[in-house]
Amino acid sequence: MIRNGSGDWRRVSYLSDVGALTRKDLLLELRARDTLPAMLLFVAAVFVVFHFSLPAGSSRLAASGLLWVAIVFTALLALGRAFVPEREQRTLDALVLAPCDRSAIWLAKSLATLTFLAAAEIVALPLFELFFHGLRGSTVAGVALADLGICAVGTFVGATAVVTRARELLLPLLFLPLAIPLVIGGVGASVVHGPGRYLGFLGLYDLLFALLCWAAFEYVVVE
Amino acid sequence: MRRIPLPVLATASLVLVTLALALVFFVAPNDADQGFSQRIFYFHVSIAFTAYLCFGAGAWKALRHLWKRDPRADLESYVAVHQGVIFGVLVLLTGSIWAKISWGHWWVWSENQLVLFLVLFLFYAAYFMLRFSVDPGPQRANLSAVYALFGVVLVPVSFLAIRLSQSLIHPQVFTRHGPNFGGWILAAYIVSQVAVLVLAYTLYRVELAGKLLDVRLRELRLA
Repeated sequence: MIRNGSGDWRRVSYLSDVGALTRKDLLLELRARDTLPAMLLFVAAVFVVFHFSLPAGSSRLAASGLLWVAIVFTALLALGRAFVPEREQRTLDALVLAPCDRSAIWLAKSLATLTFLAAAEIVALPLFELFFHGLRGSTVAGVALADLGICAVGTFVGATAVVTRARELLLPLLFLPLAIPLVIGGVGASVVHGPGRYLGFLGLYDLLFALLCWAAFEYVVVE
Repeated sequence: MRRIPLPVLATASLVLVTLALALVFFVAPNDADQGFSQRIFYFHVSIAFTAYLCFGAGAWKALRHLWKRDPRADLESYVAVHQGVIFGVLVLLTGSIWAKISWGHWWVWSENQLVLFLVLFLFYAAYFMLRFSVDPGPQRANLSAVYALFGVVLVPVSFLAIRLSQSLIHPQVFTRHGPNFGGWILAAYIVSQVAVLVLAYTLYRVELAGKLLDVRLRELRLA
C-alpha cells in the first residue's frame, strides 16, 4: 500500500491512525456493552411512548415526524457517552499528545458513533415499520444521510461539552439547534413525493459541517 | 486605524434614530395593503440585517482569534455575538407584533425569517451557556470562537432548510431587480437601517469598553 513520496505515506498513516482509534472504541463497546443496548432499549421505549402520545386516527405523516425525534434523541444518548471513557480514564490528553493529526481523533470517534447509531437503527427502523407501518425507501436514505451529519456534528459538540463544567447538560443545548436543519431535511425526505431536494440538502449539510468539524477540531482539544 | 470616539458615536446614534423615527412616522406614506402597521417593517428589517451583521462580525473576530491569535479578538467576538443576540430578540419581538397584526397570530411558522431567528436564538443562547461553563482562558476563547464559526455556517444552512420546508409567505421586498419601492419609503428605510447600524456599533463599543475595563481591573487586582 505504501508508495513513494511523503504525501502518500502521510495519508496512509492518517488512515491507519483513524482505523486504530475507531477499533479501540468499538472494542471497548464490545467488551463493556455500555452504549448500544441502552440505545436499543431507549428507542423501543420511545416508540411505545409515541404510540400513546399520538391520538387515535393520527395520520401516518405524524408518525414519520416522530421517527426523527426518536433518532435524534437516541443519537444524543450515544453522543453523551462518546467521550466518557476518555474523561473517566483521563486519556484525552494522551490522545492529544500522540503523534497523530488531531482531526483523526474526531474522525475516529465519529465513525465509532456512526457504527453504534447505524446498529441501533438496523433494529429501530424495522421496529418502526412494525409499530407504525410508514417506512419508505426515501426515509431510509434520509436516515443514512442524516446519520453522517448527526455523528460529525454531534461528536464535535460532544468533545466541546466534555471539557466544560456543565458536561451532559450542555450537549443537547449545543447539539439540538445544529440538528434542526437535519430534522427538516429528514422529515421532508420522509413525507414528500419528490424527496430528491431534501436528500440533496442533507448531503450538503453533511459536507459543509464535516469539513468545518474536521478543520476546527484541533482548537477544541488543544489550548 | 483610529477609532471614532464614543461621544461622537452616541450623538450620531441619537440624531439618526430621531431622524429615522421622524421619517418613518411622519413622512413615509401609509402602505396601500397593510396601512399604518406596515411601518414596523422599517425597524424589523433594519434590526434583522443588523443582527446578521453582528453574528457575521462575531464569526470574523472568532476567525481572527483562531488564525492570528489577536489578543482582543476573543472579547470582540463575544461582544459582537452578544449584540447580535440582543438584536435577534428584537427581531423576534417586532416580527411577532407584525405577525399578530398581519395574520392575527403572535407566532406563525410560515414566517421564514422569524423561524430562522428562533433557531439562531437557541443556537447563540447555547453559545453563552458554553462560554460561561468554561473557566476564562485560552480554552474558553478557542471553544467560543469555534462555536461562533459554526453560527455563520448554520445561518445559510438553516435558511435553506426552512425555505425548503415551506412556501414563501413573507413579502419579497428585495428582488433580483433591486428594492421594489421608491421615494420616501426607500429614504426612510435607508435612514432607519443606518440608524440601527450606528446604534448597534455604539452599543458594541460601549460594551467592549466596559469589558476591557473589567479585564484591566482584574489584572491590576492580581498584580
